Amino acid sequence: MSIITAISTWLIPLIILLVLVYGTYKRVPTYEAFVEGGKEGIKMAFSLLPFLLGMMVSIAIFRASGAMEAIVESLSPILQTLGIPGEIVPLAITRPISGTAALAITTDLIDQFGPDSFIGRLASTMQGSTDTTLYILTVYFGAVGIKKMGDALKVGLFADLIGIIASIIVCTYVFGF
Amino acid sequence: MVNLIWVSLAVIGIVYAMWNGTMDEVNEAIFKSADEAVMLSISLISVLVFWLGLMRIAEEAGLLKVLSRLFKPVFKKIFPEVPSDHPAMGYILSNFTANLFGLGNAATPLGIKAMNEMKKLSQSDEASRSMITFLALNTSSVTLVPTTVIAIRMQYDSVSPTEIVGTTIIATTISTLGALIIDRLYYYKRVRRK
Repeated sequence: MSIITAISTWLIPLIILLVLVYGTYKRVPTYEAFVEGGKEGIKMAFSLLPFLLGMMVSIAIFRASGAMEAIVESLSPILQTLGIPGEIVPLAITRPISGTAALAITTDLIDQFGPDSFIGRLASTMQGSTDTTLYILTVYFGAVGIKKMGDALKVGLFADLIGIIASIIVCTYVFGF
Repeated sequence: MVNLIWVSLAVIGIVYAMWNGTMDEVNEAIFKSADEAVMLSISLISVLVFWLGLMRIAEEAGLLKVLSRLFKPVFKKIFPEVPSDHPAMGYILSNFTANLFGLGNAATPLGIKAMNEMKKLSQSDEASRSMITFLALNTSSVTLVPTTVIAIRMQYDSVSPTEIVGTTIIATTISTLGALIIDRLYYYKRVRRK
């Protein structure tokens, strides 16, 4: 495992090294190209702002009102009968909607049950194995001005569901209760 | 669809706050989250400028083409509508690689760039088949190292912070394969309807 962590720390500097050396070798005007590409980044960040702001405010209202908690609570018994541990239900429902909220729940679960408990391990796996669908949709479609998302949301949410179920099955199998 | 979700979240929240007595919290949350969104966008500027600048060099040097040629056989099957020597393929692959190694801040700019290139291919403001597949691939996020989670586990004195790497890789692989299959099924459904 330490190999993987080592790769992660080395990777970014190595990528930079590779791009700069290869670019120089290919006689690319490296600094000018960097600046040109970078300018695009500024425009992108600003065009993203209203998309992010709109979505984040809406999610914040939903959370702060207590509606999210209420829905999680009302869904818990149904999900528990399906074999999903009750403690993990809030995380499972929050994960696709809000990345920061999901991270907060994961941290809270690890704090409450301990990182090496079954719930702690399951929460860790769930947090790591899927990404925030709503955020990705907002950012990627927002940045390039796609108005009709087609089946993207449905596919994304289905993938989250599979990820959640897979996490539970894999963790039960590997760590046991 | 996104309009519906956006409105529902806000409307349900406000109506619920009326009889839950949480209007104060809602008020506070509105402006706090707006503030957070601006801060997030600003913090995105640094990674966007850095990675898009660097990737421009890579693109002009032809590195992206080399990368796409390397993984051509697999990704041609996943993205049949993207020509394998098109810059879109290079960006899709760099985004995938960045995600694989948990480099979230590099993955986002590259992903946006990939979407941009795919939009050039489709010439419409409707999500194309390749875009939906790309989104599916990203939301199920194939990761080898869930860095944030490992950091939290360390903070709470886990005996073995990285023991969840294995289970995460298995779970994420299953969800990614699932996402690709569901994406295909929806695609076939769309084709049949036409």
